[in-house]
Amino acid sequence: MKPPLLHRPAVVKIVAPLLLGVFLLLVWQVLCTAWKVPTYLVPKPTDILATLWTDGPGLLRALGVTLKITFLAFFVAVVLGVAAAFLFVQSKLIETSLFPYAILLQVTPVVAIAPLIIIWVKNPTAALVVCATLVALFPIISNTVLGLRSVNPGLLNLFRINGASRWQTLTRLRIPSALPCFFGGLRISSGLALIGAVVAEFVAGTGGTGAGLAYEILQAGFQINIPRLFAALLLISITGVLLFSLMAWLAKLSLAHWHESEMA
Amino acid sequence: MLMKYMDIEPEPTLLAPDADSVLFANRVEKTYPNGTRALDEVRLIIQRGDFVSLLGPSGCGKSTLLKMFAGLESPSHGHLRWLGADAPGKSGLKIAMVFQEATLMPWASVAANVRLPLDLAGVPKAESESRVQQALNQVGLGRFGNCYPRELSGGMQMRASIARALVTEPDVLLMDEPFGALDEFTRNKLDADLRSLWAAKAGQLSVIFVTHSIYEAVYLSSRVVMMAARPGRIVADLPIPEPQRDEEFRLSPAFTEHCRDLSARLLAASGGELQHD
Ligand SMILES: Nc1ncnc2c1ncn2[C@@H]1O[C@H](COP(=O)(O)OP(=O)(O)OP(=O)(O)O)[C@@H](O)[C@H]1O
Ligand SMILES: [Mg+2]
Repeated sequence: MKPPLLHRPAVVKIVAPLLLGVFLLLVWQVLCTAWKVPTYLVPKPTDILATLWTDGPGLLRALGVTLKITFLAFFVAVVLGVAAAFLFVQSKLIETSLFPYAILLQVTPVVAIAPLIIIWVKNPTAALVVCATLVALFPIISNTVLGLRSVNPGLLNLFRINGASRWQTLTRLRIPSALPCFFGGLRISSGLALIGAVVAEFVAGTGGTGAGLAYEILQAGFQINIPRLFAALLLISITGVLLFSLMAWLAKLSLAHWHESEMA
Repeated sequence: MLMKYMDIEPEPTLLAPDADSVLFANRVEKTYPNGTRALDEVRLIIQRGDFVSLLGPSGCGKSTLLKMFAGLESPSHGHLRWLGADAPGKSGLKIAMVFQEATLMPWASVAANVRLPLDLAGVPKAESESRVQQALNQVGLGRFGNCYPRELSGGMQMRASIARALVTEPDVLLMDEPFGALDEFTRNKLDADLRSLWAAKAGQLSVIFVTHSIYEAVYLSSRVVMMAARPGRIVADLPIPEPQRDEEFRLSPAFTEHCRDLSARLLAASGGELQHD
């Protein structure tokens, strides 16, 4: 007795936003055609699609470069962030001494320090990864710290009564308790890593690796090739959405059997 | 028959711990860092195989006392000793605790939750599996080992929590209002089951049971220690000698008489005004 296809929540979750998207694109297309908006101001969706088709290989190569920086930065941010979080929860003194600096990381705009980093770090890819990591790091730290601290006090007492060692308490209690918050951090941070990568490429401009999507957008802007600019933008957005979905899927995979947030 | 007890005014049974004692709390006081005087000169001796209820109004320090028994808090004054490491080579008493909430790990199956104390103690898997199954059977959850806690009702979660306490085969079971959050039917059922679990251990298991229900205390215990608040202290220590505990007992005149006696003492101890919450 399955409900009809279009009534299943999983289908609705994909179909509903898709339909809305198609509708908005149609409106866009119609308005551009009706008012004869010049392509160098606002290109029609069909123009963008055509560019995506013809310039596809080049744009995808650029996307690959940006993705590489995003993933490297995201990976480094997760490793560093989790390590920092474990350090922070070891003692209140460590946390109070270090936390202000972690916040400093968060509030310093990456565009302000990117030029410095690009000068200091010789390898252009590494420089961009450092910038993007700085953007993506903080949510991992703060969420993991929150998770490691949000342990049910009753369970903590239970572990104490049973003579659990520090290590047993960490692996069997603190880490599982931290997972929901940690995955929340992953979701925020994956998007930020992409933003960080694009922003860093912008700042680096032609001085950077000169091949990422941001570089493509800059070039397209200079050449007033607006459809190509839109196509690059579209690729970035799709990547962001896919990254977010990937993280959501990971969270579901590891939490679905016990945590309220991930239950159907 | 009951009047006899009331006439001879049963005083704290022992003046000093003897060979059968498992716990000796001598003039234990607790003042919390914020200045709250939770306990004042508590003196208590618990005998092996006893079922003792700590009964009293909210805030009289029952949980504080139990936490000190469990080693989760330490007394500000006085001392508290677990006895009974009688046989040489025996490391001491095994103590288990059941909390007001079931406190199960939501990410682990019921069986894994019950196995936790054995895992922490490094008991090999092969042995722990069978002990877990046995403990689950004891509380009537034999078929639910593979469920997750959220799939169980509140009463079943509490049973799982009791199974987790029993799996180590403890000498002492500390329980802090374990059934306080349950409805009356479930609570009565669990009380009856707990009483028969205890009886099956034939004097080897001591239970210290915190409650603020007079009826629950009378139904379950072989001894009721009554406490009063501000500051928390022991005001009465009464045996409940009836051996038979079943639905019949709940309706018997002896039961009513015990309850009436305890309420009167509670009223007297709190200076005429009942501070029940
Ligand atoms: N961690 C704490 N810090 C300060 N005061 C506390 C703390 N824990 C308990 N108290 C105080 O100590 C007194 C006794 O508390 P306790 O929790 O032992 O009472 P209780 O008899 O268990 O009450 P209830 O039946 O409501 O559970 C109360 O006045 C309470 O406010
Ligand atoms: Mg309490």
